[in-house]
Amino acid sequence: MTVAVNPSQTGEPVFYLADEHPHPEGYSTSLGFWIYLMSDCLIFAILFATFGVLGANYAAGPAPKDLFDLDLVAVNTSMLLLSSITYGFAMLTMQQNKIAQTQMWLAITGLFGLAFIGIELTEFAHMIHEGATPQRSAFLSAFFTLVGTHGLHVSCGLIWLVTLMVQVGKFGLIEANRRRLMCLSMFWHFLDVVWIGVFTFVYLLGVLR
Amino acid sequence: MNTDTHAAHADDHHHGDGHAHGSFSTYMLGFVLSVVLTAIPFWLVMSGALPSKQITALVIMAFAVVQIVVHMIYFLHMNTTSENGWSMMALIFTIVMVVIALSGSLWVMNHLNSNMMPMHEMTGMK
Repeated sequence: MTVAVNPSQTGEPVFYLADEHPHPEGYSTSLGFWIYLMSDCLIFAILFATFGVLGANYAAGPAPKDLFDLDLVAVNTSMLLLSSITYGFAMLTMQQNKIAQTQMWLAITGLFGLAFIGIELTEFAHMIHEGATPQRSAFLSAFFTLVGTHGLHVSCGLIWLVTLMVQVGKFGLIEANRRRLMCLSMFWHFLDVVWIGVFTFVYLLGVLR
Repeated sequence: MNTDTHAAHADDHHHGDGHAHGSFSTYMLGFVLSVVLTAIPFWLVMSGALPSKQITALVIMAFAVVQIVVHMIYFLHMNTTSENGWSMMALIFTIVMVVIALSGSLWVMNHLNSNMMPMHEMTGMK
């Protein structure tokens, strides 16, 4: 710790800490939010491990091959991928201070996210209608927990997205809103990364088994 | 003048923005790469182009790993310098934890499965 000496008028030295300085508001937000995402990553890792252990225990019930429609999963994956790139465009227009275009890209991202949730809920409803409920087998319990947790995250992201669109509409692209949009950007892209794991290990490897 | 000293101050220290931004071309490059890296595994599984299931499984897992790295670089803008390297440290720590949790669970539970298997021998002894 550095101590600087500043001769005052009386000639007596005054001591103070030279490296103590105020931090601007939110300077540590992005690192803090990143650490939150990493802890979220651990939640998903545990759910993936559970699915990995229980994923073949069908209890004489339906197997992935009977349940999963890969065409639908491919459409769903493209929805999430498209929402990722449109959120990227929202961030780019935000950096150029174009409020209307930022809002437009955010709205498009929200629509893709909504389509993703809609398709996923349709798939769940179809499975439950066929008797493949979470109570049916360990495989289905693990499946609904893992994919449902991801869907819940996306739903929370959508609520957050709408909230931020209202914020930007009310206050414009102020510093605080930029910071919030950046956090949501990390959250949204992170959910896309988790989905890569889901479609590979749950759907593709499940159908392959 | 006040803003000048403030800017210099921000440069001297580690704060400032700390987080990298993408450009239109890096976002598009990331998007095209991830479309290709998604389409190939889906095609491999749906068409059954590869002769053995084992090889297909290994190939699509490799594609997933590559796509995760692509997303990290082009969408999440990970690099070794953002936040003074602390976000990379957090990421490496998380990867270590994830690898231990996943491989440990699968390994232990697999062993349990293979050691608990002999149901037919039990019934035979009765």
